[in-house]
This record gives sequence, C-alpha cells and structure tokens, in this order.
Amino acid sequence: MLEVALDARRGSFHLQIECRLASEWTVVFGPSGAGKSTLLRLLAGLDRPDRGRIALDGSFLTDSALGLWLKPGPRHTSMVTQQPALFPHLSVASNVAYGLGSLNRASRARRVEEMLDLVGATDLPGYNVRQLSGGEAQRVALARALAPQSRLLLLDEPFSALDGAASDALLARLQPWLKQHRVQTVLATHDATDAFATCAEVALLRGGRLAALGPAAEVLASERDRLIGRLARG
Amino acid sequence: MDWQALALTLKLATVTTAILLVIAVPLAAWLVLGRGRWLAVLEALAALPLLLPPTVLGFFLLVLLGPRTAVGRGITAFLGHPLAFSFSGLVVGSVIYSLPFAVQPLVAGFAAVEPALVDAARLLGAGPSRLVLSLLVPLARRSLLAAAVLSFLHTMGEFGVVLMLGGDIPGATRTLSIVLYNQVENFDYAAANRTAAILLGLSVAALAAIYAGGRTRGGARA
Repeated sequence: MLEVALDARRGSFHLQIECRLASEWTVVFGPSGAGKSTLLRLLAGLDRPDRGRIALDGSFLTDSALGLWLKPGPRHTSMVTQQPALFPHLSVASNVAYGLGSLNRASRARRVEEMLDLVGATDLPGYNVRQLSGGEAQRVALARALAPQSRLLLLDEPFSALDGAASDALLARLQPWLKQHRVQTVLATHDATDAFATCAEVALLRGGRLAALGPAAEVLASERDRLIGRLARG
Repeated sequence: MDWQALALTLKLATVTTAILLVIAVPLAAWLVLGRGRWLAVLEALAALPLLLPPTVLGFFLLVLLGPRTAVGRGITAFLGHPLAFSFSGLVVGSVIYSLPFAVQPLVAGFAAVEPALVDAARLLGAGPSRLVLSLLVPLARRSLLAAAVLSFLHTMGEFGVVLMLGGDIPGATRTLSIVLYNQVENFDYAAANRTAAILLGLSVAALAAIYAGGRTRGGARA
C-alpha cells in the first residue's frame, strides 16, 4: 500500500496529489506534462516535495511535518526511466551488480544471471554497454533496477525502445516475478495501450492533479465519456 | 646545476599534487552535487588564490603561521618547530596556492557527468563516497589528469609564495625558481639559462607524457 499526499511546485507547474495506491501494479496515465515524472521522482526520493508525505506499507519515506525525508538508497525503491542511464564505464554484468554491494561475490553473480534471464538478456553480461541497442539497454536497466529486490519499483515509460510484441512479452515475464517478490510497481505512461492493457489500477493525472483513480476499465469508461462529451459540445 | 634544488622542487610538486587530489576530489564533488547558497561562497574561496598575488598569499601565510598568532603558536607547539621556513610550510603554501588548479578542472569534469547517471547510482544505494569513487572519478578521469598536471606544474614554477614563506634555505626551501632568481641576481645568465631550460623541459615533458597517456586511453575507450 502506497499512501501519497504531495504538494510540489516546479516553476509554473504545480503538482498536488493525494491518493492511496493499493494495487500491486498501478499505472499512472496522463498526457505529457501531466506530472507523471515529477510524481515518480518524488516517490523515488530524487526530489523533495514542498509539503506532504509518502508512506509505503505504513513506513514513512517522506513526511514534511516531521522533517522526515529518506534518501533514495534507504527507501529501497528502484526506478527505470525512458533513458536507461547505464554506467558507460562498466560492463552489463557490473551495471546489474551495482546495487548488490551487500551480497557476496557468488550470490551477486547468481542474482545478475537471474535478472538478465528475467529480462531476456542472458547473452549480454560481458558486453560493454556502449555496444547495446536501445531495447537491450532498457532491458539491462530494468535488470539493474530489479536486482536489489526493492519494495517499490517505479517505471517511467521504460519500454519506449521496445516494439509492442517485445514489450508485451517482457511484461508477461515481469509481472509474475514482481507478484512473487511482493514488489509494488508504479508504471507511468502517456500511452493508453500500456495503461489499459495491464488490467491494473489506473491513476489518471491531468495538469498535476489526480483526475481519476480506479480499475482500468472504470477509468477508461469515464475518460471515454468525458471525451465524447467534449466532442458533443464541439 | 643545483641537483638538490631540483630534487626538492620535484618532491614539493609531487607531495603537493597528492595532497591536492585528496582534498580537491571530494571538494569538487561537493560543489557539484551539493545544495545550498553557501556553496557559492565555498567555490569563491576555493578560487580565490587565482586572483590573489602570490607574494600577498605568502605574506598572509607567513604571518598566520608565525609566532604572533595563536594558530602559528599552536602549530609550533604541536610540531615542535614553526611551519614557516620549512619544507612542510612550503607544502601548506603550495596546496593553498594551487588549490584552484586542482578544483576547477574537477568541477568541470564532474558537472559534465549526466545527472541521470548520478540519480541511477543514488537509487542503487550509492552514498557520497561511492558515488565519487565509482562514478564521478572514472567518468571524469581526463579532468583528474588535467588537475594533477596543472597542480604539479604550477607548483614546480612557484616563486612568490615559496620566497615569502620559505625563504632560501638549501635543502629545505630552496627550489629551482629560487635558484633561478639567485642566478639572475648574480648576473650568471649561463647558469640561469640552464635552470630555466630544465624547468621548461620538465614542464613540457610532463605535459606531453601525461596527455599522451590520456590520448591512448581515450582511443581505447572509443
């Protein structure tokens, strides 16, 4: 359970959102500029809100009233963005192992192998990341984020370099693993197909505000009615 | 040829460069990754020796480290001898004088590292020291090289601070720049030419060797 009550101004943009994300897989859907990436950065601890709180399974990650703000590492939160941001001086295997400092060498190697297998990149561990295609780099970035087995996984349009079939196949492998390891996932996307294909809880963001939150079918129906209403009004 | 002065100059440049890198790497990382308005004041202080005349800096340090100040008396009591007119005093002066030459290239190099990479490392649990050692330093190694070269060569040619703070004690504070000054003062231009040629040759050789190394490694990366 992720509880969020945030107020953050970024220039002229104002994100103000309060919600409880109870589903293991929530899609934050909205057009570009709706505040999806801002929200995910606040959840990850990469940015601080002006006010508000974030609690994951009852533990506070941020609470401005108490002056509490956990740094990204201790939050046990992982994030993958559209830009894979792989460390260019490290191999694929070293990238995936970067967040596994607490494991011994053998366990680390096993985990790297397991993660690369999960994302369908078993043939890549020795590669220099500069040699990877866009899709391969996104798979490796995903493996790196999954490796520490964080409690919260934040995905900000992470499959943009994969075609539809590859993206669907990856999601199909990923979702059971996340469920098994009890990782709550928040996927931000502006693509309605992504948002509604996963049969998840959908949070619809518009202009920095939460416009709707609920099962995908319900949010889709309300959004469809709104669009039809706008068209009818001309 | 004053071999003793040459050895002392090389020793001073080496020790100063090593100390500067230890200080400048975390300082530059702090300036780049830190937050707060007062960081601008810190950056200005780190750059101040660029604008301060070396003789003025040497004079301030001579006064500060001398017996008239509490700092100077404290250091003398701790070390058993005053820092002024000693090799250790020269090292202190050189580190302060050359600080901007180590910090500025590192700040530029660290600032050029993509913020997304820093975010990724922080999300994976990297604390400040790991962030610097496993990410910023490897990705900004050419800046580290530039900082080392500039610090070394700047210290090699130092004159004003050395003369004010160290004087001219053979084997302790007499560097090649002081030797060159003495030779010119005595109208011994032949010896002065040799000393100047050595300083120039060392500078060119150090620059060429280190940049050639950087170029080779850069080629291997591509």
